[in-house]
Amino acid sequence: MIRRRTRTPGDGVAMTVRGLGVRRGARPILSGVDLDIRPGEILALVGPNGAGKSTLLGALCGDLPAEGSIDLDGRPLDAWRPVELAMRRAILSQRNTLAFAFTVEEIVRMGRAPWAGTSHAEDDDRAVARAMEDADVARFAGRRHPELSGGEQARVALARVLAQSAPIVLLDEPTAALDVRHQELVFAVARRQAAEGRAIVAVVHDLALAAAHADRIAVLSAGTLAACGPPGEVLAGELLSEVYEHPIEVLPHPRTGRPMVLPVRD
Amino acid sequence: MRLVRRFGLLAVLAASLVALCLFAAGSGQVDVPPAEVLGSLLHHLGLDLGPEPSAIQGENALWIVRFPRVLLAVVTGAALGCAGALMQGVFGNPLAEPGVIGVSWGAAVGAATVIVFGLTALGNWTIVAAAFCCGLLTTLLVYSMSRSNGRTEVVTLLLTGIAVNAVATAALGLLMFASTNDGLRAITSWQLGSLAGATWNSVAIVGPVAIVGCAASFGLAGRLDLLSLGERTARHLGVHVERLRFAGIVLIALLTSSAVAFSGIIAFVGLVVPHLVRMVAGPGHRILLPASALGGACLLVAADLVARTAVDFQELPLGVLTSVVGGPFFFWLLRRTRARSGGWG
Repeated sequence: MIRRRTRTPGDGVAMTVRGLGVRRGARPILSGVDLDIRPGEILALVGPNGAGKSTLLGALCGDLPAEGSIDLDGRPLDAWRPVELAMRRAILSQRNTLAFAFTVEEIVRMGRAPWAGTSHAEDDDRAVARAMEDADVARFAGRRHPELSGGEQARVALARVLAQSAPIVLLDEPTAALDVRHQELVFAVARRQAAEGRAIVAVVHDLALAAAHADRIAVLSAGTLAACGPPGEVLAGELLSEVYEHPIEVLPHPRTGRPMVLPVRD
Repeated sequence: MRLVRRFGLLAVLAASLVALCLFAAGSGQVDVPPAEVLGSLLHHLGLDLGPEPSAIQGENALWIVRFPRVLLAVVTGAALGCAGALMQGVFGNPLAEPGVIGVSWGAAVGAATVIVFGLTALGNWTIVAAAFCCGLLTTLLVYSMSRSNGRTEVVTLLLTGIAVNAVATAALGLLMFASTNDGLRAITSWQLGSLAGATWNSVAIVGPVAIVGCAASFGLAGRLDLLSLGERTARHLGVHVERLRFAGIVLIALLTSSAVAFSGIIAFVGLVVPHLVRMVAGPGHRILLPASALGGACLLVAADLVARTAVDFQELPLGVLTSVVGGPFFFWLLRRTRARSGGWG
């Protein structure tokens, strides 16, 4: 076997999605999605249940067979070898099971696997320590995975993803199992990561979180992209009411002026 | 601290293995003290150190009977321990073991076929080759049948094992039905598992296969750690999952068939040993695989010593002995896994 040289990523890694479609059987789940994922910003994917948010993220990961094109760092997604992909994008899945009882630190260190044998491996200890601080799991670094609560396990998975230090970070509902403090903590970390030039894509259920933290919001509706842009443009009561099939109002926050999304309650 | 514990475990196991071997080689109807065993070894290596065996026929007992037998126990035990740990890693399930899920029995059918029909197409290697082919087929079959949605569920795995064992046992029964008296005796002693037939010849065949299999499996250690995060996440971390799985399955079949070829079915070594190692050193495969190989070797040398010395002038079947200990252990493990996952559903 000829050993091909592993290409490590440079700066400004981005993704371009054109005409993306995904089918399950004959039924289209996603169709005609165009999307740019740019370094330095947080892109939130929102939409009602079944709109195709997780499917879109799965296609971006390369887990699902898709029509159309997805380019990562200038090449089609399926042209990269697995380890080269892992150097370019890290993925937080919703389900994080573990077959054996590794400790928290061991799990976070697994995030460094793609860099083994490259010059980046020197950063392993630093990246692991920082990721554990960022995800607030350093306090129980020595504990074993089955002993942790659901929220703690979710943060360990996040720390593993952060330790991977990939320029693109895809997060599937990173705040689902977390309390308010840790929800805000996750997005504060995402902000810092974006400020360092990473591209963050997050499936977010909570419109209020998306409104507060995202640079751009992509609204999915029945498998198509209904709108994509900065929160101030996209978050309009009319559009959201239509997409979510429930009256929704958007108000400016009295202090910060950022949009606040609220379902209409009488 | 944890590092000390891990490498300490390897050192302790290696030292115990050497001590056990010296002791086991000296024990039996002709008694040779460990110092004289060591002396005899050194003399054969050209070093004029230590006492030579003083017992009548001591030298012959050591070099014709005991050493091949102890060495066969070492390589067989190492292959079984390593195969168990490897299989658990590949299946992502701590209950997988070549004997339990039928791979040993599949390999046994291959080897028994060769014995009964007296096949010699590949000379001395015919038995191992046949065991390997059947073992590989069985592993592939169990793997493909017990997986759904990228996971191996415990229930599916064990039920698949039952089905495979039933088919393999039936095939063995047919072979026994078709065979002569000699073949019958060979198959029976083999179903019970025994190292009584150990010769230098069998060591020379099993040894290299087991050593290559163990060494190659150590090379998968890092990726097996990642695989425990689940297939998808492992792929996201850059593991070529299909390739890893294929390499794992071939190695499991290789290790199992090398162990089964001359000593028959010795169950539960690959279940008990990796489990004990995990309790001491954690589940990381970089330590788990070598420690399971060393631990398996220790266990089998000790078990074989008991099998041939517990009753005067008679041998207990080795496979029966390991099952007597391993069966209840498996039961306990099953109960505990069930309690943890809240029932099988």
